[in-house]
Amino acid sequence: MKPQLPDGIVAIVKRECATCVMVDPLFANIAASDTPLTVYTQDDPTFPTSVTALHDADLSVSWHYDIETVPTLLRIENGEEVDRTFGWSKDAWQKFTGITDLGADLPVMRPGCGSLSVDPNLEDELRVHFTSSTLHSRHVELASAEDEFESMFTRGWTDGLPVIPPTPERVLRMLTGTTRSPQDVVAIAPPNLVELTVEKIAINAVMAGALPEYLPWIITALEAVCNDEFNMHGVLATTMPVGPVIICNGPGTKAIGMNSGINVFGQGNRANLTIGRAVQLTIRNVGGGKPGEVDRATHGNPGKLSFCFAEDEAGSPFGTLAQGRGIAPQQNAVTVFAGEGPRCVVDQAARTPEQLTNSFAACLRATHHPKSVLSFDAILVISPDHSRVYAEAGWGREKILSELYARLNIPGAELVKGALDMAEGLPAKFADRIVPKFKAGGILLAHAGGGAGLFSSIIGGWANGAMGSTPVTRPVLS
Amino acid sequence: MSAPILLDPTNESRPAQREQLARPTSINGLTVGLLDIAKARGDIYLNRLEELLVAEGAKVLRFRKPTFTKPAPPDLRHEISIQCNVVIEALAD
Repeated sequence: MKPQLPDGIVAIVKRECATCVMVDPLFANIAASDTPLTVYTQDDPTFPTSVTALHDADLSVSWHYDIETVPTLLRIENGEEVDRTFGWSKDAWQKFTGITDLGADLPVMRPGCGSLSVDPNLEDELRVHFTSSTLHSRHVELASAEDEFESMFTRGWTDGLPVIPPTPERVLRMLTGTTRSPQDVVAIAPPNLVELTVEKIAINAVMAGALPEYLPWIITALEAVCNDEFNMHGVLATTMPVGPVIICNGPGTKAIGMNSGINVFGQGNRANLTIGRAVQLTIRNVGGGKPGEVDRATHGNPGKLSFCFAEDEAGSPFGTLAQGRGIAPQQNAVTVFAGEGPRCVVDQAARTPEQLTNSFAACLRATHHPKSVLSFDAILVISPDHSRVYAEAGWGREKILSELYARLNIPGAELVKGALDMAEGLPAKFADRIVPKFKAGGILLAHAGGGAGLFSSIIGGWANGAMGSTPVTRPVLS
Repeated sequence: MSAPILLDPTNESRPAQREQLARPTSINGLTVGLLDIAKARGDIYLNRLEELLVAEGAKVLRFRKPTFTKPAPPDLRHEISIQCNVVIEALAD
């Protein structure tokens, strides 16, 4: 509960602060004026010496009124804060109190000191003390001799790698990353169709090793996968080796330190790895989706631990994936795609956009099976070395895509059952037709990767459209 | 060192316990629902099952999920539950 403060001026001070000691005598002047004065001291109840102070022993006033600096003066009218000043500024204090000669012999200005309520050694404890009632999750008390890391493995909470213990301190710190209430229901999580709250996401985000500033991205990615369009239930349950591939766009990717460059799909970047991991841990722990149970993947793929990356927007000659999908420039966004692991396209010789596109098309043709058509989408992740070829030729997104689709219209004779001595294929009636490898919109273009290497990547999809999964793009909100 | 307290990352629910129905001693006269999950060639398998069940005296009703990648819609599950004594859900590939 936020403490009610009396009307008038309220000062918050501590003895440990030299600026507070300097202004100590002034409180007697303020107390003698017409405005009522109440002083709260954070550390020593006998301080200040010029007036009697109340002791903010549990720092409740300091915490609830967001005091970051001492001294702070608050003006309270009808129980509400209407103004504040902090540190010492002769001009500001004289105006605030209406005492024109207040502290006339003091320096013009002195910065204040950090409030005890934001002391890094106390902040987590205070947050638990004052806000843990907002959390509803069951407390799991471990025995003092129990190894918490082993215990979390035993309870089935991990993806096979160690997780960070989700203590109330860590979870509440994680929740500072969002403005959403812990009990907000973000989505219905498959496979058990459970209401997925911000609190449960925060717990799993802690376990994944994420930072609070990643939380809005994690929440958005979960909103994006837990719906009928993306069909996380099917993506989880399928025998095919797919999982949610998360592509992040917008200036926020840089702000949270995501990788869009060297080793973009690989190890080494906390944001990339823990955002994707938090999504999968949430599906496992809250949704109840576990390998061998509802997850029936024949092989799976290592990206089912985490497959999340940022697009290299600054270096892209063909715009961004998110903008191509209707998101405004500068808007942070997440796109989710049901995808397998990336495979490499090597072309170190192409110097014209036509040659490069021929190579991409030939490799895209083999997605899942050279004779499979229309059933699967794919993301083509073009590297800076390859995109330069397009930039020099002036090819943008539409041109690249239309040239790719044009090269992926396949004679039915190559696709029918038995052709190329493969049993897989279309019914014989397609032999005289031309059949596109991809449906309209079935190729997604993204730009990422290190600055050296004439390689790009293809991420094959899963059953597409209403019978499977459709990529979903959502703006990231705080 | 005090014992750490962790917050439960799971949904904290327990599955509802349901009694299994007794196995029918005969299917003669029973209505058997055959649910095709919509995978390729499931119908071949179910057609043969239907022949065998009809020969045993069962009445057979056929149902089909819109796609094998998603759970059966609630309306379909309800329809089966009120029309059938027994249901067989079949997968073929």
